[in-house]
Amino acid sequence: MTAGTTTPVQRSQSGLLLPAALLVGLLALLGWQAGALRLPAADGMAPVPQTVRIAPRPYAYRAVGSFLSDGAVVDGPLIEVATPAPLELMTYQVSVGEYARCVAAAACRPAQPRRGADRPDLPVTGVSHDDAMRYADWLGAATGAAWRLPTVAEWVFAAGSRAGDDALGLVANTANPAERWLAAYAQETAAATGAAAQPLPRGTGGLNEHGVADLAGPVWEWTATCDGRTTLAPDGSVLRRLEACGAHYLEGRHRAVMTNFVRDAASGGCSTGLPPDNLGFRLVREPGWVGTVAGWWAGLFGGR
Amino acid sequence: MDRQDDFNVSRRALLAGAAFAGVLGTVLATVPTAGQEEAMETGPAPDLASLPHEKVTLVAPPFVHPHQQVSAGGPRVVEFVMTIEEKELVIDEYGTTVHAMTFNGSVPGPLMVVHQDDYVELTLINPDSNMLQHNIDFHSSTGALGGGALTLINPGEQVKLRWRATRPGVFVYHCAPGGPMIPWHVVSGMNGAIMVLPRDGLKDGRGNPLRYDKVYYVGEQDFYVPRDEEGNFKTYESAGDGYDDMVKVMRTLTPSHVVFNGAVGALTGENAMTSKVGETVLIVHSQANRDTRPHLIGGHGDHVWQGGKFNNAPDVDLETWFIAGGSAGAALYTFLQPGIYAYVNHNLIEAVELGATAHFMVEGEWNDDLMVQVQAPTPIGG
Ligand SMILES: [Cu+2]
Repeated sequence: MTAGTTTPVQRSQSGLLLPAALLVGLLALLGWQAGALRLPAADGMAPVPQTVRIAPRPYAYRAVGSFLSDGAVVDGPLIEVATPAPLELMTYQVSVGEYARCVAAAACRPAQPRRGADRPDLPVTGVSHDDAMRYADWLGAATGAAWRLPTVAEWVFAAGSRAGDDALGLVANTANPAERWLAAYAQETAAATGAAAQPLPRGTGGLNEHGVADLAGPVWEWTATCDGRTTLAPDGSVLRRLEACGAHYLEGRHRAVMTNFVRDAASGGCSTGLPPDNLGFRLVREPGWVGTVAGWWAGLFGGR
Repeated sequence: MDRQDDFNVSRRALLAGAAFAGVLGTVLATVPTAGQEEAMETGPAPDLASLPHEKVTLVAPPFVHPHQQVSAGGPRVVEFVMTIEEKELVIDEYGTTVHAMTFNGSVPGPLMVVHQDDYVELTLINPDSNMLQHNIDFHSSTGALGGGALTLINPGEQVKLRWRATRPGVFVYHCAPGGPMIPWHVVSGMNGAIMVLPRDGLKDGRGNPLRYDKVYYVGEQDFYVPRDEEGNFKTYESAGDGYDDMVKVMRTLTPSHVVFNGAVGALTGENAMTSKVGETVLIVHSQANRDTRPHLIGGHGDHVWQGGKFNNAPDVDLETWFIAGGSAGAALYTFLQPGIYAYVNHNLIEAVELGATAHFMVEGEWNDDLMVQVQAPTPIGG
């Protein structure tokens, strides 16, 4: 991340890392790592999903949430990231078959896929943010590694050319709020038009330039990024940000925000605006202690 | 005994149709001449050859064929042609299909517009590519089951019916081929509406003229798609194959879909209706089978004919209006603010979960006097 500036996402991450949670997390991670070191094959209850490692490169993403400047709704700033951390991400979205193991282990609640979307090779859909968190916990225990949802920034980093930008590029106008409503509606309509709404077998959407499959197709992906509102000062710096973690962002054909327990964004749509077609997810694999140390080592001697 | 056992119909029985049409329908259907209804209270028909004839080309909803709001002259004979199309339609974004029965290929059928005392002359065509017998019952016509008894035609036939539009208003038309075929055809999409305008146009309750810049026709349709054991919607080879299952769902009176213009999202996104601030829009809304309660979120009904009949003074300033199943209503509204408006059935479960939502995109200047955000969202006490 860019040094010196406090971005909304950095704030959201630090906001989550309460000291108590940090301590519990560290202890838990230590436990997993000890297990993994004793049993390097890690052939527990689940096979390790295929992942792809995305090397650091400069990129930019549109800041998340709604932004207010001088009382008017404006686009969030474009945040440039010069040297992101490397990211290990599932190549494919979690499948119906994979998710079923977690349900069978009584660690996940059954998904509620749309009609006809329950074949094992399809990405699992009809899952809430809560479901995805449960799955990540279970997968961690079952594979001896730590898994979590990506942040919006990480998703954009991994999605590369498949990531969109929901900026409307309008001049802030407190006199006519409808300008943004109409422009946003037109943008969502354009993003939705003509594309399949039914989940497709994994791999159908092809790989992007970083080797990540099925991005921005009929299945939106939950992220770890909370809803929230950011108020900007006239110079564009952040005055304040209010997190609202009862809802999280989804990434896909367009960015969407959804209450944590929702599994289906409803067929008729919101009263205005177009909902995501299907809710699914994929996970980031956290580097273990070994990986982290190796990363430091590479950082020290890799001359990057 | 469960009545549905009486109707374990084969495709052949469906084709025969007359088995369900009832004696009256069957007998009347053999009378070949249309236009010889008993003399109406308005007296014997004038020499129609001397009246001006006008051919109208119908357009698919939500659009409406060009027409005058005030009639320039006396009664005319207005000629329409409608072709019945049985076709598979996708009714939601997940690819759920129904074997639809349609007037002119769309659900709902097209809105027809005439003036009071005009003669409506409809040529109804049932191509031999269809499987079923159909007819048309105009709620605005008088006699012969709304014309149904004179228009029952088999695949490969056509019929011409003429009737006089004596009462001004918006009215439903639908297929009514007899017995259990009636609701089945109607909830398979075979319905539409006609607007009979007063010759001198619409008026408020005080005799002042009311005009619209634009008219949209929203036909609301309830569908009853059967599900398999796992809850997935079923598909069938043909309409007849799905009949038994569908009747079971129909008898629950619980639709699987309630949609505008034949499909979830048919009037949203790139198909959203459009208007602008200062423009007056007439929204004609029909529901051939089931009660509904339209509401324009963020707007109102300036003048609303809830019963749809223009000789009654319109209600004014409504928030939500009621349209009884088997009728059409009309609402007139002048948009005052720009933005996205949702036009919904304000049973919001039907609007959001079952599909009865349309959108208006309205351009124009914001009016601070009507509404303003005095303080943008800010932490409490800030
Ligand atoms: Cu019919």
